Amino acid sequence: MPMKTKKLAFLGVMASLALVLAFLESLLPPVAAAFPGVKMGLPNIVILFILYRYGIKEAAAVSLVRLLLAALLFGSALTLAYSAAGAALSLTAMALLRHTGAFSSVGVSLAGGVAHNAGQILVAVFLLGTAELAYYFPVLVISGTVGGVLVGLCAAFLQKRLDGHTPA
Amino acid sequence: MTNRRRRVRNDVLLALCLLLVAGVCFGLFLLAREAGGHVVVWVDGEAVASYPLSVDRTVVLTTGADGTGRNTLVISGGVAYVTEASCPDGICMGHRAISYRGESIVCLPNRLVVTVE
Repeated sequence: MPMKTKKLAFLGVMASLALVLAFLESLLPPVAAAFPGVKMGLPNIVILFILYRYGIKEAAAVSLVRLLLAALLFGSALTLAYSAAGAALSLTAMALLRHTGAFSSVGVSLAGGVAHNAGQILVAVFLLGTAELAYYFPVLVISGTVGGVLVGLCAAFLQKRLDGHTPA
Repeated sequence: MTNRRRRVRNDVLLALCLLLVAGVCFGLFLLAREAGGHVVVWVDGEAVASYPLSVDRTVVLTTGADGTGRNTLVISGGVAYVTEASCPDGICMGHRAISYRGESIVCLPNRLVVTVE
């Protein structure tokens, strides 16, 4: 049975929100000047919220839409490769952790943040062909954790506020 | 312990574990680092040049997937860094000077990696 219109429209709005967050994030200077590609992961606030509210399919759909549009509007094919890898690993990690039921949204989010950065390093190593990039790993774990906690808190706040106000 | 408390406790454990792994990795990297002898320039995954760190020089590199990018590499006083770049973000220019084996400066838009070996 096709998705109800209200839900579809709501997901569309959420995708736009994620897109705007991605844009804002792209304007900010890199979190750590010496380490490119380190981002806070603001769009994940939305993705995480959707994951909890609806499930992995809806979260994957919103994430995919955001990736494609972000790359088209203010990125490049290269951006797409990095974002896709990051988002795919991130979503997988978050869905798995959430499935265990042993972590709160903050824990799920920080795992997502770290997985996101790990995905980006992997793509960078693959594309640039040098394993030296693995030296960035500790920094990206730390930033993934810090960013993930903040994103998780925001998503939890969102959940509390929107509880009962989202379409089925 | 309530569900909520248990979850938060697990979150903290997870965070600590990850930070520990990162810390250990970092510590190992720090201990294992050795001064490098020369820098290798990689464009689009291929090594295109190599320069000794002992000789001061400035090189304008042709970078990017199509050869339209430009990055200026400077080797001075035993360290290497990037002073000019045609990329939109310029992150490579803000990078600290490198001199230890394994360190690298990356310019993602121009597909450039400068490593120390």
